[in-house]
Amino acid sequence: MPLELFLDLFSQPCRSVYIFAKKNNIPFDFKTISLMEGHQYGEEFGKVNMMRKVPAIRDGDFCLAESVAIMMYMAEKYKTPDYWYPADLHKRARVNEYLSWQHMGIRMHGSKMFWINVLIPKIMGRGVPEEKKNAAMEELNGSLKMIEEKFLQDRPFIAGDHISLADLVAIVEVYQPVGACIDVFEGRPKLSAWRDRVRQEIGPELFDEAHQGILCCQEMVNSLDVNKMEAFKPRIVQMFF
Amino acid sequence: MCVRDRGRSLSSINMCERQRSLFAIMTLELFLDLHSQPCRAVYIFAKKANIPFEFKKVDLASGQQYGEEFGKLSIVRKVPVLRDGDFILTESIAILMYLAEKFATPDHWYPVALQQRARVNEYLSWQHKAIRENGSKIFWFRAMVPLLTGAPVGQERMDSAMEDLTSALAVFEQKFLQQRCFITGKDISLADLVAIVELMQPVGTGLDVFEGRPSLSAWRDRVKKEIGASLFDEAHQVIMNVHMLPQVFEDNGMLELMKPQLKKLFN
Repeated sequence: MPLELFLDLFSQPCRSVYIFAKKNNIPFDFKTISLMEGHQYGEEFGKVNMMRKVPAIRDGDFCLAESVAIMMYMAEKYKTPDYWYPADLHKRARVNEYLSWQHMGIRMHGSKMFWINVLIPKIMGRGVPEEKKNAAMEELNGSLKMIEEKFLQDRPFIAGDHISLADLVAIVEVYQPVGACIDVFEGRPKLSAWRDRVRQEIGPELFDEAHQGILCCQEMVNSLDVNKMEAFKPRIVQMFF
Repeated sequence: MCVRDRGRSLSSINMCERQRSLFAIMTLELFLDLHSQPCRAVYIFAKKANIPFEFKKVDLASGQQYGEEFGKLSIVRKVPVLRDGDFILTESIAILMYLAEKFATPDHWYPVALQQRARVNEYLSWQHKAIRENGSKIFWFRAMVPLLTGAPVGQERMDSAMEDLTSALAVFEQKFLQQRCFITGKDISLADLVAIVELMQPVGTGLDVFEGRPSLSAWRDRVKKEIGASLFDEAHQVIMNVHMLPQVFEDNGMLELMKPQLKKLFN
């Protein structure tokens, strides 16, 4: 039985898992879990991941959540090229350092802007208070600065001369606010140059395919059935209003 | 080199002195403050695995992480930090994995077996937002904010934070532990170590997260036993004495420095 990947490409961690699997020609069954449709609450998916989040994988009897763990698993199991998750002690440490930092360092900030600019106005029928929006942008800007000044510096990629899981996880997160009409690359030539290199390494076709949904998300949002999003409202109110 | 030079003259002694000073530069340094959960995980692991290191104290309560010296070490200005010769590394998860690999620690800490390792990685990834953020928030709300502002956190915020922590603990028990002795099964791993230090954080403020959770308590007892009660208690001593902090803050005007962090917490 082939590997099953449970994914929604609106989700950043799903994009990194998808790109990694495709790029490395890992055979898998793409199982769509549409978050906006509430598929994550289905009975079948609950057996794969009781936390009801994506991505998740099922490899025979073995179920696994968390994109970072999933990609490390795939890298090892399918013996992907070393540069993705180098065996070299120092290089691997650099990748691990980024993969650890990014959870709180950038992930939540990029996500927040996507919710603030795209989803919340639709779901709540009104925008988030300006003060909260500005605070969130400030955090995102701080994160992008850290990526440039600490994780990239003068290197072509985070771990050095080659792309790794770190760059893959970084690029999908950095693209989330782009889907929210925030051009994070404007005025950031270093970040832009890195983005071009990463896109080139992944392959422009695969990269663009993975990001298509997020970049055309206004269409998706317009067709969104707000009634299905009721469950998100209390959390939104608590966090933003 | 020292051995070969033994039969020679004074210059051989000088060679050994140079080597000694070289060794001093090359000893692993761990920059830690044991008030910090990830610092405790790194400290416990290094001690338990008999990894030789120099403990470099970073006093968070006095703002040492904002100083010029620390900034040269890490622009992120957080602890823990590892310095191994020229190599500087932040992020406790990365540090723990680095130490496990470099010092070839017993396999159970970070098993080579594919699925076992995946379980450890899964926990180490999930815990950042779920346990760490919520446990830290409770610590700040209960201990730090009242100290720094002179006023308690509003009940609604406190209740909401408690609810989040409670949900995270439920997932921990139902998914990560289940009926197992430890997260990966019968042996302790980095996952349990990272978990225990985070769960001790609210305990330091008088909130016993283990009370009313017999399964979690039993796991805590097993982890403490594996680590060694003496090392466990030593690592957690400062956090259990968190009531000592008010004096420090009064003296060093930390409120101003901590305001940005407070602001983030309330956003």
